[in-house]
Amino acid sequence: MENFLQQLINGVALGSVYALVALGYTMVYGVLRLINFAHGDVYMLGAYYAYYASAKLSVEAHPSLGKVVLVFLISMLGCALTGMIIERLAYRPLRSAPKLTALITAIGVSMLLEFGGQAVFGPDPKPFPDLIPSKALYQSASGALRITNQQVLIIGVSLALMAILRHIVMKTRVGKAMRAISQDGPAASLMGVNTDRVIMFTFALGSALAAVAGILIALYQPTINPLMGVRSGLKAFVAAVLGGIGNIPGAVLGGLLMGLAETAVTTTKFSGFRDAIAFVLLILILLVRPSGLLGSVAREKV
Amino acid sequence: MRTAKSVSWGALGVLTCLLGCSNQGGNNGGNGSSGGGSSKASSGSEILIGEYGSFTGTTAQFGKKTHEGIMLALDEVNAKGGLLGKKVKIIDADTASQADQAATVVKKLVNQDRVVAVLGEVASSRSMAAAPICEANKVPMVSPSSTNPRVTVGDDGRVREYVFRVCFIDPVQGPVMARFARENMKKGKAAILKDIKNDYSVGLSEVFKKDFERRGGKIVAEVSYSEGDTDFRAQLTAIKGASPDCIVIPGYYSEVGNIARQARDLGINVPLLGGDGWDDPKLMEIGRDAIDGAYFTTHFSAESKDERVQTFVKSYQAKFNEVPGGLAAMGYDAAKILFEAIARAKSTNGPAIAKALGETKDYKAVTGNITINKQHNAEKPIVVVQVKGKAFKYVATFTP
Repeated sequence: MENFLQQLINGVALGSVYALVALGYTMVYGVLRLINFAHGDVYMLGAYYAYYASAKLSVEAHPSLGKVVLVFLISMLGCALTGMIIERLAYRPLRSAPKLTALITAIGVSMLLEFGGQAVFGPDPKPFPDLIPSKALYQSASGALRITNQQVLIIGVSLALMAILRHIVMKTRVGKAMRAISQDGPAASLMGVNTDRVIMFTFALGSALAAVAGILIALYQPTINPLMGVRSGLKAFVAAVLGGIGNIPGAVLGGLLMGLAETAVTTTKFSGFRDAIAFVLLILILLVRPSGLLGSVAREKV
Repeated sequence: MRTAKSVSWGALGVLTCLLGCSNQGGNNGGNGSSGGGSSKASSGSEILIGEYGSFTGTTAQFGKKTHEGIMLALDEVNAKGGLLGKKVKIIDADTASQADQAATVVKKLVNQDRVVAVLGEVASSRSMAAAPICEANKVPMVSPSSTNPRVTVGDDGRVREYVFRVCFIDPVQGPVMARFARENMKKGKAAILKDIKNDYSVGLSEVFKKDFERRGGKIVAEVSYSEGDTDFRAQLTAIKGASPDCIVIPGYYSEVGNIARQARDLGINVPLLGGDGWDDPKLMEIGRDAIDGAYFTTHFSAESKDERVQTFVKSYQAKFNEVPGGLAAMGYDAAKILFEAIARAKSTNGPAIAKALGETKDYKAVTGNITINKQHNAEKPIVVVQVKGKAFKYVATFTP
């Protein structure tokens, strides 16, 4: 039982990170009908920005909460800017081009970031600094169940960010504009919504979330490498589709499901299928519900 | 030391292409001299020897350290006037830690650069990809540290005439790990965490398991991960549930460091045990204090009092300003044995060199006296070291 609970927590922590990344895919899809394949690599950049920021601030030698928060902010800002630059340079010129052109461009940007990353950061895995040293917050009598501050942090921060995101999308002007564009871009534009600016904002928001996801995962699994976004990005993308792409609660649900399914498979003797489970799950769910778990025909797309 | 089966987890063809391209387009910047284009026959003023290694990628440290060992041996031989009256030149090529890339670069070394012999690789998967090419072209290949038995033995079960290694093999290494766990560590309930896509890891855990059970131990859990994974908590939680008294991780340093951190994080405090895939200081850089106290079997300890070892350590330190690890020593030995075989063969002709390599007997190498046996493996002692702070402390030597 305690082992089961431990696995549950492992799965939810992993799933929260997938969910954060999946949100970026789903938001961009909502406003642009584009699968931004470079999103997984923005997540990788988030981890690297944090790596260099914490080295610069020498967080490990002289740790303080302020510095850790600063590292998060620097990385979020860096990724938001990266996301905006990608949108401005790679996607905006193709706004009226066929969808496929933008999709291929997204793959190109993704490869640029992966191999650029290998060239700039070096291809070897790097040990990520211990920004928040792991401590057990709760340990059961038998020792089988152990919850650490990092796990609580991952789940807590993810939930908080999702709540903030929901607030932005549902309650603010820019959120309303995002929803309007997702329903009908040209009409929103006719109603006076500055679509370019809103789309850029969407990229910034999604990329900042990816940055947080990148740092959280690097704290939790302390090595980073320039290709770390490939697999996680793909899984987060599947999570977004699973939950119903374009649907924010769907992305969160998909991410959590993905984390749990992966953890469950790994504990069985089919652990070699860890990465395949994402796609098995996707196929099964799309067979039953072609628009994803929470997707519907008259869905609210953001 | 391993075979990576081509990964087929991506259902999306486009993304598979992305990964596929990463194998090709990736990193071809080796360090040191890189191959010249045109076909240079070795009949000129130089003897050309190829080296393929993982200078980049997940096991970049293996390639770099082996290369340093080879460079040291090269300097020594050229300082003494080279071989057969000619200077020796090494042409290196990067495998980017990938088996398909290894096959490509070895083809280039053999067909385009026309090298007389090839040194490499560390990982068995890459050596196994290159071995058939060397065999078919009658170019002798010496692997410094690939320990999977199938490197020197072809698919038909016959020993490859042109493929040799200067290290022990996993069926010898595994039992030493098992013996150490049973007799020195006094452990009886082991858990195994292996890399399922890696033949080195799978092979080594099999022989360990067999021998550990033969010695009265029990394997309480056997779980796996795949190369490139970074999350090991699910596997480790399963291991924890089986309450072992030691965990055996026959993998490579970067994953092992990560595994150790996550194991301690889950409250698993039993000792960790591994093989020669751990042999790099990056292990401690990633694993930090989580890896402290762990044991592993390897080829060499820089702490040995042996005069040969100390001379090697001194000259290596003078050149590279650090203490050599096992892979540097293996690279050095592989190169020295190859040079010596060329000298004995008095020829750069492939079959002649291969014959001389096969006759290597009691060569006084840094990593022990090396005799190449009928299977083209080296018979030599195995060292057990312990991770202590930032160094590997010598614990024991086993002669199989």
